[in-house]
Amino acid sequence: MDIVVCGKIIPASTVTIEIDPATKRMIRKGVAHELDPAAASAVEEGLRLMEKVGGTLTLVTMGFNEITIGIRTALAMGATSAVHIFDDALAGSDTLATAKALAAAIGKRPFDLIICGTESSDSYSGIVPGQVARLLGVPPVTFATEMAVEGNTLTVKRQSESGYDVVEADLPALVTVTSGINEPRYPQLKGIMAAKRKEILQYSAADLGLAAGDVGEAGAREKVLEVGRPPRRDVGEVVEDDGEGGKRIADFLAEAKVI
Amino acid sequence: MMDFTLTEDQVQLRGEIRKVCQDFSDPYWREVDARGEYPEAFVGKLTELGWLAALIPEEYGGIGLGITEASIILEEINRWGGNSTACHAQMYTMGTVLRHGSEEQKRRYLPGVASGELRLQAFGVTEPDSGSETTRIRTTAVRKGDRYVINGQKIFISRVLQSDLMLLLARTTPYDELEDKTRGLSAFLVDIREAGDALEVKPLDMMINHHTNALFFSDLEVPAENLIGEEGMGFRYIIDGWNAERVLIAAEAVGDGRWFVERASRYAGERKVFGRPIGANQGIQFPIAQAYAHIEAADLVRWHAASKFDRGERCGAEANMAKLLASEAAWEAANACITTHGGYGLSVDYDVERKFRETRLLTIAPVSNNLVLAYLGQHVLGMPRSY
Repeated sequence: MDIVVCGKIIPASTVTIEIDPATKRMIRKGVAHELDPAAASAVEEGLRLMEKVGGTLTLVTMGFNEITIGIRTALAMGATSAVHIFDDALAGSDTLATAKALAAAIGKRPFDLIICGTESSDSYSGIVPGQVARLLGVPPVTFATEMAVEGNTLTVKRQSESGYDVVEADLPALVTVTSGINEPRYPQLKGIMAAKRKEILQYSAADLGLAAGDVGEAGAREKVLEVGRPPRRDVGEVVEDDGEGGKRIADFLAEAKVI
Repeated sequence: MMDFTLTEDQVQLRGEIRKVCQDFSDPYWREVDARGEYPEAFVGKLTELGWLAALIPEEYGGIGLGITEASIILEEINRWGGNSTACHAQMYTMGTVLRHGSEEQKRRYLPGVASGELRLQAFGVTEPDSGSETTRIRTTAVRKGDRYVINGQKIFISRVLQSDLMLLLARTTPYDELEDKTRGLSAFLVDIREAGDALEVKPLDMMINHHTNALFFSDLEVPAENLIGEEGMGFRYIIDGWNAERVLIAAEAVGDGRWFVERASRYAGERKVFGRPIGANQGIQFPIAQAYAHIEAADLVRWHAASKFDRGERCGAEANMAKLLASEAAWEAANACITTHGGYGLSVDYDVERKFRETRLLTIAPVSNNLVLAYLGQHVLGMPRSY
């Protein structure tokens, strides 16, 4: 089975995110990056499937030079190869342009299943997987908390507000997995060393048949108009303990129906 | 020109080991310390992932990385609140077998050490009456047929109960019969699992959770094939491993130092007294900044020593200076961190007191900093022997 994991390499958890005041977008150049935990869950799920049924697992991602480290993490975990879409013309792409690039790269090779996280852990749009599925003409199955493949059928437990739905789809298909679906493995040291020898294929926008007007800032239909901080929340009530503090807190919790 | 910028591979290694270390957070180490337990879950995870096999060549089942990379691994363990002493010896004790053992010994032991199936992380050298003066050790190994019979005692031998094999230094020629006093000692691999009552292991109650012991040997028989290299050359073999060990200990100290500086500066910014953060006072701020500068300086010497070691150049001076400077800088940072935290620094819940106890060790072990100074004075600066 040929599995594609579509995931993002994001600024490392130790990085304080800054917004470029001119573009209103996150500053990604020149900061430390790592494989998005959501993408790591997708890679893990793909590896478990590959280990069961055999085949390949290719990570497909888009971003600057800085993201090589995160690509290598996926390869060190066990991905067989990676595709890195890398072109200055793609900077500032909105979700649709990103999906076009990803879909074009994925479509260059045969595939059976695309696995994505439900949303990235930096920008949280959650839109790209659906767009990729549409562009490739495969069914999107979302919010999987469990997934299995038997023959040509993908079966997932789809998280819902009241519990879960069991959903089936014929392959090829795209599935998004929730972060709780698994505990991603740590790469083995041998895997980290072996990752250096694995293929990272690079595509430019032109390689993918994308014109300058389709992608990047120029092609973005979605514009970020304003970035602001969340409103400050009022300081809660401070209970001074005059001997009745415990009771007052208990009454407050009871009133809020917490206890 | 010296350039110590990490390579892309080294950055990757640092990032990956960091993730593992960060998942073993303060409460884990606090609990292990409080119970006096061996951090089995952490060491087991590092073993399973192959990190402790970093220095073993690929042909013997390891990864074949250099001291620079190994030092990054140990630095990260200490940087994120852990304690490398629990497992660093599994990384480098095998060096004596690798450098001086026979091909048969390497093939028999190193793949098991690399996979973690064999733990070789006990190193029996120090004795009650000969600490730094290693050439005076009294534990004897007497050849009887195809075996050596060991008698004597050792002290401060760590991780014996967490090891399958121990590298042991014992006397094979009486001291008085030697012309060259650095001869007469031999290195053996002792299979602890087969020692039975001939080896008594008495755990010592220590200030740190170090799993260290007193050992008593009573007619312990070791097969002659377990002798490493030539009889009488054991002291030389051990010296060969010192520079690597010094660099690795320096890296651990740098990791500790960075942990202290981060905790101290964060707390100094958060804790308010007299209406402002305590870090706004020079009395609090400057010692932290000073320790930081010393750690960064020591780190440069550490990289210098590590790169010289990995290029196969003589690095005794640099390795010793790195160990000296880094352990002193970490201790300085530890003190600044305690001062910054005040009474909270002594509270177990803040983890500072634990790290404070742990980093103190690095100024006196595996070699006292006084002896490092003696080495620099005599062997680097050409002054008379001072001890």
